[in-house]
Amino acid sequence: MKLTEQQVTYVAGLANLSLTKDEVSRMAHDLDEILTHIDKLNELDTTGVEPMAQVLFDAEETASMRADIEHQPLGTDVALANAPMKGSGHFKVPKVIER
Amino acid sequence: MNVAQLSITAIRDGLISKQFSATELAHDTLRFAEAENPKTNALLTLTTDRALAAAQKVDEALARGEDPGPLAGVPVAIKDVIVTKGIRTTCGSKLLEHYIPPYDATAVIRIEQAGGVIVGKANCDEFAMGSSNENSAYGPVRNPVDLERVPGGSSGGSAASVAQGTSVVALGSDTGGSVRQPASFCGIVGVTPTYGRVSRYGLVAYASSLDHIAPFARNVKDAATILQVMAGRDTADSTSAPAPVPDYAAALDGNVKGMRIGLPVEYFNGLSAETGDPLHAAVDTLRKLGCEVVEISLKHTEYAIPAYYIIATAEASSNLARYDGVRYTTRSAESGTLSDMYRNTRGEGFGAECKRRIMLGTYVLSAGYYDAYYIKAQRVRALITRDFTEAFQQVDAIVAPVSPFPAFKLGEKLSDPLAMYLSDIYTITGSLAGIPCMSVPCGATSAGLPVGMQILTKHFDETGMFRLAHAYEQAGS
Repeated sequence: MKLTEQQVTYVAGLANLSLTKDEVSRMAHDLDEILTHIDKLNELDTTGVEPMAQVLFDAEETASMRADIEHQPLGTDVALANAPMKGSGHFKVPKVIER
Repeated sequence: MNVAQLSITAIRDGLISKQFSATELAHDTLRFAEAENPKTNALLTLTTDRALAAAQKVDEALARGEDPGPLAGVPVAIKDVIVTKGIRTTCGSKLLEHYIPPYDATAVIRIEQAGGVIVGKANCDEFAMGSSNENSAYGPVRNPVDLERVPGGSSGGSAASVAQGTSVVALGSDTGGSVRQPASFCGIVGVTPTYGRVSRYGLVAYASSLDHIAPFARNVKDAATILQVMAGRDTADSTSAPAPVPDYAAALDGNVKGMRIGLPVEYFNGLSAETGDPLHAAVDTLRKLGCEVVEISLKHTEYAIPAYYIIATAEASSNLARYDGVRYTTRSAESGTLSDMYRNTRGEGFGAECKRRIMLGTYVLSAGYYDAYYIKAQRVRALITRDFTEAFQQVDAIVAPVSPFPAFKLGEKLSDPLAMYLSDIYTITGSLAGIPCMSVPCGATSAGLPVGMQILTKHFDETGMFRLAHAYEQAGS
């Protein structure tokens, strides 16, 4: 096994994802299978190959710049419209600091 | 009128000759969708008010004697991962059940400016993750060709809608084949343009270095028309390309004589007869049209799946961090502490496939694994891209299968996630390289299930891709 249930629980913590006991064992099995397949990449010698982070195209160095023109933002009410809990122009979350 | 058969050209002719108005066409399409959509579950939302308002604008422009635009009156479905102002956009997820975006995607704006009439939002795999459209929180989509079968994914709803006739063209999104594969399963055309050709502004992010907005149509000309409308630089997306957009329609001249076509051996070795036979027949047609067909090698093909499932899930784990119960998602009732709110909102809200990809992506990015997995995959991505660059020094276009098998039965592959991932093999390579690729119908299996032929060309050569696809389509299979 490449991945123990303990490791799955640790990674779920990093991802802020609660998983049930059943999900943890299923996940350990699935990820193990996928990671075993992924190991195939180690067959390849990639020494000296630059990592490709993005598809690049020919353009001026400044091609991604835009004119600095003032524009109207969405505004607080619109930005908050989909929030599950809000008040006084803010998103509301459970208390994190004791007074 | 039979809305299920119309092309963009036929609609334009009908409007100009006053056989029907855009408003009548919108009403007919919406009525047809109300009656037929329950069979496939392709559309999650019918956008009646917005459709009728857009149709009225087209009719008013026509009454004033103005050109109503290249998409005048054309009913369009939009995949529910592309935001529409004031219209619920779920991404196929329970988390966004009530999400009403405050803005429109650039592609949506351009479609409406061209006279397009948005009739509905299309079902999809949750956050575009899946190859069968069975991962939607709003139920699976059924393939209109055979209702017992999947339409493909992740843009299964958009494909099914166009095939069924509840829209004439539709937008999907393609990250690893999510437009080409459903197009092949449903017997229609699906086009993934060059990365950066169409603005991603307003496309809910899955894997940002691979995501595309990509259209479906029932013929090549319609696909070229809608891409023409959407393509081109958008300052709201810094990865959108400043390259000028050629006139795609001008390329549809049928002249492919002398065009050099490469068949990658890695894609044809081991291909089943049911998928291979129609494809070989299509290649024969290309030869008859005067194309020169040669074998080529894309030697890193077998490494594409592992590279993709590292890069895509890594980017997804980061992109999906925003669904945390604070800004736009539903929030878990078990939100006593901030940490519980995050964990439970996400644990209850995401479906199994999203959780699997978030976990895989988080794992490969975690301390100690980043270089071994993520950077390694990016190096392999460079090698796969180099394969294509070298191939395009020998050939003008590459022809390949789209999927190892035709549309399968609902539930048939759900229990084996790795097998589902492996089925993306022929589409993922083009996605990693960021080159234009499309699926064009090329006949059917002996059981009558549609098969697609994939055409791939070099960066920004959509023109060559459309030329070949159109010539093949006109020649008939």
